[in-house]
Amino acid sequence: MKIGSLDLRGAQRTTLMRSDAMQRFLAFAALIVIVFVFSLLSPNFLQFDNVVGILIATTVNGILALGVTFVIISGSIDLSVGTVMTLSAVMTAVFITVWQLPVPVGIVAGIATGGLAGLVNGVLVARLKIPSFIATLGMLNVAKGLALVISGLKPIYFNDTPEFNRAAMGSVIGGIVPGLEIPNLVVVLFVSALAASLILSKTILGRFTFALGSNEEAARLSGVNVDAWKMAVFTVCGLFSGIAGVLIGARLNSAQPSLGQGYELDAIAAAVIGGTSLSGGEGSILGTVIGAFIISTLTNGLRILSVPQEWQTVVTGGIVIVAVYLDIVRRRQRP
Amino acid sequence: MPEAVGDLLVEMDGITKDFPGVHALRDCRFDLRRGEVHALVGENGAGKSTLMKILAGVYRMDSGRIRLKGADVDIATPRAAQQLGISIIHQELSLMPNLTAAQNIFIGREPRGMLPFVLDERALNKNAQALFDQLHLRLDPQTKVANLAVAQQQMVEIAKALSHKAEVVIMDEPTAALTETEIDELFRIIGKLRETGVGVVHISHRLEELKRISDRVTVMRDGQYIATVETKDASIEQIIRMMVGRAIFEEAREIHEAHPDVVLDVRDLSRGRAVRHVSFDLHRGEILGFAGLVGAGRTEVARAIFGADRADSAGISVNGRAANIRSPGDAVRRGIGYLSEDRKRYGLALSMDVETNIVLATFRKFLRAFGRVDVGRTRSAAQQRVERLAIKTPSIRQKVRNLSGGNQQKVVIAKWLTADTDILIFDEPTRGIDVGAKSEIYHLLNELAQQGKAIIMISSELPEILRMSHRILVMCEGRITGELSGAGATQEQIMTYATMREAVARASE
Repeated sequence: MKIGSLDLRGAQRTTLMRSDAMQRFLAFAALIVIVFVFSLLSPNFLQFDNVVGILIATTVNGILALGVTFVIISGSIDLSVGTVMTLSAVMTAVFITVWQLPVPVGIVAGIATGGLAGLVNGVLVARLKIPSFIATLGMLNVAKGLALVISGLKPIYFNDTPEFNRAAMGSVIGGIVPGLEIPNLVVVLFVSALAASLILSKTILGRFTFALGSNEEAARLSGVNVDAWKMAVFTVCGLFSGIAGVLIGARLNSAQPSLGQGYELDAIAAAVIGGTSLSGGEGSILGTVIGAFIISTLTNGLRILSVPQEWQTVVTGGIVIVAVYLDIVRRRQRP
Repeated sequence: MPEAVGDLLVEMDGITKDFPGVHALRDCRFDLRRGEVHALVGENGAGKSTLMKILAGVYRMDSGRIRLKGADVDIATPRAAQQLGISIIHQELSLMPNLTAAQNIFIGREPRGMLPFVLDERALNKNAQALFDQLHLRLDPQTKVANLAVAQQQMVEIAKALSHKAEVVIMDEPTAALTETEIDELFRIIGKLRETGVGVVHISHRLEELKRISDRVTVMRDGQYIATVETKDASIEQIIRMMVGRAIFEEAREIHEAHPDVVLDVRDLSRGRAVRHVSFDLHRGEILGFAGLVGAGRTEVARAIFGADRADSAGISVNGRAANIRSPGDAVRRGIGYLSEDRKRYGLALSMDVETNIVLATFRKFLRAFGRVDVGRTRSAAQQRVERLAIKTPSIRQKVRNLSGGNQQKVVIAKWLTADTDILIFDEPTRGIDVGAKSEIYHLLNELAQQGKAIIMISSELPEILRMSHRILVMCEGRITGELSGAGATQEQIMTYATMREAVARASE
């Protein structure tokens, strides 16, 4: 057959395991190993309360990481997710406690605040052509400053609206299955992840997210409105920051204006550990969720073993370096 | 109106395009008929790609007229070209490697599901499969493009063009990266396109291919239209003559005898597909010209010798002693200097002064105790070089950025002379240098050779190669396809070797 040689070559290359799937698998294996090791080292580790603790601790970072995953796959970066989250929390508090809006309206408006910040990021990057690293670094500080100014440097408490805290920390699941008291905010994490996953794999937005990160110029030459979709990607990331802001406010029953900075790095770390490539075009929501769990599980386990917090930071930092290095090694093997 | 094979699809007339400082195209014309393969040939920089990028909406012409099926058209963007049924397959394939073949083909035109923003992946793959079937291609639409060979990626591009209902398909050097079998397959597909009435523009350097695939050939040279001929009526020799037929530099060769000593001996140098089994030797006092088309692998050879890229295999000896060169530092220690074609990026620290640039590679020689630089000696060394090479600069404190191209090049040369290099590799030494300064550089090269330096000169300008070289090596696709003596060689000979694909194929067996 005439094209036999072509077929053969294609076949050989495709038998190699897809590289992002590979890293996802590695990350999952790592998570299993971590859980296994800690459960041997500490009898308390797999206690129900501790597992719920890990789930709660994963929520905020996990949701931030979902948004960041979109941006990184599209070939950009968003450093502002942590402080945009804080700004959203503060604005939610303003809407509910100062403006006395109904709680559901306050929640939606809080999330929209994050979306607006994301849209501004998108305009800066797509329209004004400011490199995303710089644009979102600016937004990091703008959001941080605004949160402090608006709150008057003081936490705003949701004491008049106990249902806000209850909505997050109560347990619908526990009401259905007695004993399984998993707080609602954990459910929010999984629902958000499912939604993000569907958007990324099944919708036109997801397709263009990958296209942008894979070869932006090719997408442009194919007639894709690159700028508009880039703005959409940043807006989606901002919306997830908004969700995280509402959740952290509900969990702490207050908007803490000085919180937030540093969260962006944990979120980026979660995405990268889960196989999202910093050079764009590759990544998955499942990987990011696994990555977020690796970080929170490690932190939790090390704390149970009474490892000082400073050392916990050292460990997570080391893991990020390993994950990025793995990404670079995979890339080098590319034909 | 019935559309028959042979009808005019495209007429381009009086096309002119200037880029800042360059006349890219002057009054060019081109036409394309339904169901024909029209080859567009010319040397590097002849304007072939520019002309076709205008047709494909990538560039806008300054003046001229394009008619499509008899009607005047304005092609402002790639999108507009696509909608008019004009598709271009760029030399640098513009696919998204992380997406599948099917996703690439229909990017921006994805079939939707029940909701307008939800993708219908099944329909997408089915449509792609239908396109592949139409071309009798055995490709899985769901394979990621990153996992496809270059030839297969090209097929994906062709399928994409077909999906746009393209009537005009422009292929910019499609065979450059393909093997012989892959080229056969590509030509089969082009045949299929032709059968369906598509007009194909085939930009190529490989003249022997033209006979196999094209119906007509248009030759361009220096941004101008030269001629269009029926392929069957023209010989390859005729076409080559039309391609190079410019007046040759009428300045006398000033050439002296090279020394018999071999200073650099390269055996079986290979690096991926770019450099394949290159062997040659270089004598003291010799200027060895490296000719070939852009992408033939000449720069890659130079970088591998210099240690800037790691070779897969190499036997290099310098002055008769085996040299294991693993980094540019190794090369410099053995007296090899490399002057990059892109001197602003790789050769100079533009924001620093002449003196610093001249001593940059050799600071160590000017150190006193505790790492202090001996400013007196660097100054006098720099001053001396400036005078010897007649570098026109108000002072050695002048920033290199403010010098002309020719004088910048001299600063780079001064740097390597200060480093005591005996072997100098010049990569396009006169690129971006005006005519007057060029002959000064030529003069300097000759003088250096006379002093006993051995020089490799990579150049895409045939007159320059012919004028300067003792010997000329011609490369095509990573191999040396011919060696000519500098005296008596002609542009036609060089072009024949530089496009010698058949010989390449034979040699590889």
